[in-house]
Amino acid sequence: MQRLVPLHEETVITMPCVSPDGKPTSSGIALLKSLKNGASSPNEIASNTGQPLFRVRSGLRELKNAGFVEEEEEGKYWLSKKGQILVR
Amino acid sequence: MAEESRIEEVGLPVLGQKAPDFEAVTTQGILRLSDYEGTWLVLFSHPADFTPVCTTEFIAFSNIYEELKKRNVELLGLSVDSVSSHIAWTRNIEEKMGVKIPFPVIADLNKEVTRKYGMIHPEQSKTETVRCVFVIDPESKIRAIIYYPLTTGRNMKEILRLIDALQTTDKHKVATPANWNPGDPVVIPPPATAEQAEQRLKEGYECKDWYLCMKKL
Repeated sequence: MQRLVPLHEETVITMPCVSPDGKPTSSGIALLKSLKNGASSPNEIASNTGQPLFRVRSGLRELKNAGFVEEEEEGKYWLSKKGQILVR
Repeated sequence: MAEESRIEEVGLPVLGQKAPDFEAVTTQGILRLSDYEGTWLVLFSHPADFTPVCTTEFIAFSNIYEELKKRNVELLGLSVDSVSSHIAWTRNIEEKMGVKIPFPVIADLNKEVTRKYGMIHPEQSKTETVRCVFVIDPESKIRAIIYYPLTTGRNMKEILRLIDALQTTDKHKVATPANWNPGDPVVIPPPATAEQAEQRLKEGYECKDWYLCMKKL
């Protein structure tokens, strides 16, 4: 089946909170700062920052995969040591 | 096309079922269906970027985005195009038509989401998604489905009206009649027993008969 756009055009997958070099973007830093005062749930962060809930959830997932945040069983997130250094 | 692959292309979801889960590359990063739990979602597909009807639709969807947000609804677009193509197209819409596209758009190059939601109808196009709308509720259940052909742009007023009707039904446990709009009388669910039917006419509703009773909210 012929593709309208070849697959090889998909060179970089967009990561709004973590850039390809592994550093947090400005959006990522903003999310990290929202955790400065302690663990928060995605709902709390969305409510406090005005960001859409889906963006907060996907952003936290990226930051967790990159090691900047950790997740509790209850679904709350807090800054990892690596994350704390960035927003000190 | 073999019958088997035809069925795979058009595996249609069903109202009331959990919406098929996915993780997809979008213009706003990698998103999962579960990222939308707790909000309503309008998942819609368009045939292709840089095409005329789709461009009018993207502008129209952007124009109702704030109204949707007031109703706790998010928008998520999809086509079988790359992220680069989506970015180029949405930038072009902003540059040439002055409309910023505020919602993410799935780049479904491997057609994973497309197949799960039956978005390709081979008699319309073997490669492009038709104009689908899936209204998904905060519990991730499919509440309404609209399919339009490639040649017909969707009506945003109808999409807003549909969401208003679904949310009104959930909130007040009523149904909505033909051509209903917010503020119009709603339909009382019909009686389930002969006794309830007898009683219904005495309950003070505006009734044509026992099975068609309306009230103002």
